[in-house]
Amino acid sequence: MEGHSQYTPKSGFARWLERRLPILSFMHDSFIAYPTPKNLNYMWVFGAILSFMLVAQIVTGVVLAMHYTPETTLAFDSVEKIMRDVNWGTILRYAHANGASMFFLAVYIHIFRGMYYGSYKDPREVLWILGVIIFMLMMATGFLGYVLPWGQMSFWAATVITNLFSAIPVVGTSITTWLLGGYSVDNPTLNRFYALHYLVPFIIVAIVILHVWALHVTGQNNPAGVEVKNLKKDTVPFTPYATFKDAVGIAAFLVVYAWLTFFVPNYLGHPDNYIEANPLVTPPHIVPEWYFLPFYAILRAIPNKLLGVIALFSSILITAALPWLDTSKVKSASYRPLFRKEFWVFLAVCIGLGYLGAQPAEGAYLWFARVFSAYYFLHFLVILPVIGFIEKPEPVPESIEASIARGETSHV
Amino acid sequence: MTSKDAAVKPAEPSRRDILYVATGAAAAGAAAAVAWPLISQMNPDASTLALASTEVDLSAIPEGQIVTVKWRGKPVFVRHRTPAEIKSAEEVPLAELPDPEPDAKRIQKPQWLVVVGVCTHLGCIPTGKEGEYNGWFCPCHGSVYDLSGRIRSGPAPTNLEVPPYAFLAENKIKIG
Repeated sequence: MEGHSQYTPKSGFARWLERRLPILSFMHDSFIAYPTPKNLNYMWVFGAILSFMLVAQIVTGVVLAMHYTPETTLAFDSVEKIMRDVNWGTILRYAHANGASMFFLAVYIHIFRGMYYGSYKDPREVLWILGVIIFMLMMATGFLGYVLPWGQMSFWAATVITNLFSAIPVVGTSITTWLLGGYSVDNPTLNRFYALHYLVPFIIVAIVILHVWALHVTGQNNPAGVEVKNLKKDTVPFTPYATFKDAVGIAAFLVVYAWLTFFVPNYLGHPDNYIEANPLVTPPHIVPEWYFLPFYAILRAIPNKLLGVIALFSSILITAALPWLDTSKVKSASYRPLFRKEFWVFLAVCIGLGYLGAQPAEGAYLWFARVFSAYYFLHFLVILPVIGFIEKPEPVPESIEASIARGETSHV
Repeated sequence: MTSKDAAVKPAEPSRRDILYVATGAAAAGAAAAVAWPLISQMNPDASTLALASTEVDLSAIPEGQIVTVKWRGKPVFVRHRTPAEIKSAEEVPLAELPDPEPDAKRIQKPQWLVVVGVCTHLGCIPTGKEGEYNGWFCPCHGSVYDLSGRIRSGPAPTNLEVPPYAFLAENKIKIG
């Protein structure tokens, strides 16, 4: 997708810099002249929204770190101090906490967009796997950050998640002790979680750069799922078309983010986390943050510790194998009648698992969680590979331009 | 090295090959030696290891009551069992248990049950005198323990751990 650079430095300084470090032409080619498919719809603004959220989380996180104390006797109070004493502290903390939720909301839409339009298929497998790595690092960061306020939910989330590793045969308990820096969640745990919570987002930044690099090598997928054949006919330049469309998307997204932050800042939180951590009392009903609920439901659905933990990790890792599990050559679900139905069933199963993860693990809830967990894995391991063989795709347009001429998708 | 050199290379390793392997091995050894402290620093430190024992005065615990004490940062349940509770714990057929262990092997004196109060599933604290067997019930993922702290149902794989402890006197134990 590389057209050759049309960038010509205008000022003397730009010419001087360009000969020493061609960063200006690089930025120009990546974010101004970069050709984007003409037929992208609003599902394609979430990449920009996610970049925005990553920056927002890092900025609010760094300023919160200036007031937070990672020590068990002080952590909870330092968060309360942020809420009561620090200038604008309430809003900064609520923006950071709800920012995590909005970040996950955006990433889930971004992932399901990729699934619907087959964005993981040849030649975008590496791009997709980098995305899975970013998602896992986001989960790690979200978990580490949730522990820092040192409330009851923080403490018990840390206990349950680190104990997942104790399921590993033979060395499991030693690994858990090593992760905790003790025999239970305590000061060494909090201290290292803080260090890692500060570190991992910058690793995410590095992987995002690789993700965008891979994207710019293969070019973007698009709703028709056909590759760009003619730069002139099939694409428009990133600026102003994608830049402004992304800006509209970010603005709409910010409305929801601001509403959460300013009007219902604790809606997605849990009241128990306003009780200081007590290592001797587990709250009667512990649940993770909403964005972990489907995976939590899978963990609890299996009545065996080791198998439950294996299922939990597999449910995330299996997405990395998607490019090879989906056997259909056609990318976009728009031309795949069977897959199109299966996609919505799968989405409903994921949302259903999320609902079940929030319910107590007993009775009918548990049985539904088992059926849904089984379906989750069947989708990847059986249904997707089989659909690719038995499905008769509808006629795929020859090019992006042809797809637009058919009236299938709108211009940018 | 050109291909000509490779062709006339003797079958025996040259002086240079040995230097390469020796240098590489030294570098790998050094990298491992540097990595070791970086990994090991995350294990429990000296002050955490020092808190390894706790003494409990049993005379303050009336029959039927459970007292929770802290040992190595974890809760330990000390339960003063009633004769009826002891009987019910002893009478369970071992075949019914997922992790079979007779009550007698889990106690030193029948009226005193001492177990680590950490669910063997994912580390929550079970609540006492609850669940089907009136032993413990873990609210996190629904594991049920009996009056001997043995797992009866739910996802936990093993019985509540019995910590090492010794009677210092008739009514005093030292855990750890």
